[in-house]
Amino acid sequence: MPGPLTRLADRVGRKAVSALDEMGFAAHLLGRSLYWLAVGHQRRQPVRMSSIVAQAMDIGIGALPILSVLAFTIGVMLAVQGIYTLRMFGAESRVTTGIALSLVREFSALITGILVAGRSGSALAARVGTMKINQEIDALTVMGIDPIRYLVAPPLVAMLVMVPALTLWSHLVSLAGAGLYVSAALDISFGAYVGQVIDALRLSDLAHGLSKSAIFSVLITLVGVVNGALVEGGAEGVGRMTTRSVVHALSAILVTDMIFAYAVTR
Amino acid sequence: MTGEAISIEVRGLDAYWGDRKVLAGIDLAVRQGEIMVIMGGSGSGKSTLLNHLLGLLHPAAGSVRLLGRDLSALSSQEILDLRRHMGVAFQGGALFSSLTVAENIMLPLEEHTRLDRKTMEIIVRLKLEVVNLAGFGHLMPSELSGGMTKRAALARAIVLDPRLLFCDEPSAGLDPVVSSAIDDLILRLRDAMGMTIVVVTHDLDSAFKIADRICVLDEGTIVALGTRAEIRASPVARVQNLLNRRTEEATLDTDAYLRRLLGES
Repeated sequence: MPGPLTRLADRVGRKAVSALDEMGFAAHLLGRSLYWLAVGHQRRQPVRMSSIVAQAMDIGIGALPILSVLAFTIGVMLAVQGIYTLRMFGAESRVTTGIALSLVREFSALITGILVAGRSGSALAARVGTMKINQEIDALTVMGIDPIRYLVAPPLVAMLVMVPALTLWSHLVSLAGAGLYVSAALDISFGAYVGQVIDALRLSDLAHGLSKSAIFSVLITLVGVVNGALVEGGAEGVGRMTTRSVVHALSAILVTDMIFAYAVTR
Repeated sequence: MTGEAISIEVRGLDAYWGDRKVLAGIDLAVRQGEIMVIMGGSGSGKSTLLNHLLGLLHPAAGSVRLLGRDLSALSSQEILDLRRHMGVAFQGGALFSSLTVAENIMLPLEEHTRLDRKTMEIIVRLKLEVVNLAGFGHLMPSELSGGMTKRAALARAIVLDPRLLFCDEPSAGLDPVVSSAIDDLILRLRDAMGMTIVVVTHDLDSAFKIADRICVLDEGTIVALGTRAEIRASPVARVQNLLNRRTEEATLDTDAYLRRLLGES
């Protein structure tokens, strides 16, 4: 009978190996998707524009209403907190700079990533998982249709286009939300607020937020598909892995965000 | 049986699930235009054998040759090309739930041919007629009954007029009338198109109705292989148990039984 320490080491080791295994699988999915995107047409296995567009509609256009609400809320919230904090130093007139930088560099990309992970990443996991337990993935394989080309490449492209686009949109909405509150609270015109925002932001700030959103889009897709592909044990398994995919995607987004900010900002 | 050409050849196939050996030294040859029924109880290894024939699993030892080509020696592109000559009707249908029945059947055409839309639609309607589902093309898979799902899956499997057709439990879970209709359909497909057909089933009536030859699997080995008459006359006890639906008396080991109860083994 092995001791408790040995058993702990055994468990940790197994978890580590399976985590590495999943990361390897994710890398394989990414590599194969890029491969099919590059040479699919020559090999008569094209990644179809129609399915990319369908995915993009769902991931992007479908998320617009709820994203607008969330972005607006974040903008107002940041303005409220910003003014409260800066008032302690009598510096509330500088609040716009803080709001503009935090929203464009951080919060818009983050809230968009979180929303898309919850809405579309989980849907992807559920879809792939359901297809797996219904043998639909086997059916694709035996039909001579590569499942990665058919199921992974389209959402990957759609996410890569739509998540940065949504982030841009949430920049606009959250800045507008913050502006409404700031102009009322500090008694300045909305036009003056917009002027301050434009002064505060540089192109590199915009690039910072958008690059992160592009990374998030890849993470959300891969985490969704990996979890979907690992589904076992029927409908309950699909539910479990869908939840797991959301948790993993959010963790991946936050950790990546921190590392990216640390590496780029100093 | 329309000739002696071999369409499917399995040699010395071993397969494992984890550490457990589920197939041991399987040798099987299916002639062109033949209907081979693979029969066996649950856990006999018949689904694993089917997955090997479909190239979904890689054998631990031995080889699978389809239409004269060794699956393990082919490049991924060659396998994709070979798959255009194979049709598979999965047990649960495996229809894509986001597509209508007609779109499901059209998918292989869209992916593998350059026909124009109109021609594809006509082919789809033809195949729907073949499986007696004319007029149901617009339905979603979730709106189909069990028998309709199996027939739609069959229509999708034959849409490219494959030379090899595999059916996994085509009549499982269906009432006797529908199940018999599906058997007739399989016979018609072979007669009309000369397909080589492999059917995996545990349904005795269906097996004896459609099979040219039957292969009985038990615990990962072939215990009997032959024509219907040969299987009926088989001297092997396990085959006779299967045919007569007799349960097998397990030899009772009291010590082992007690150990199992106490959770010690």
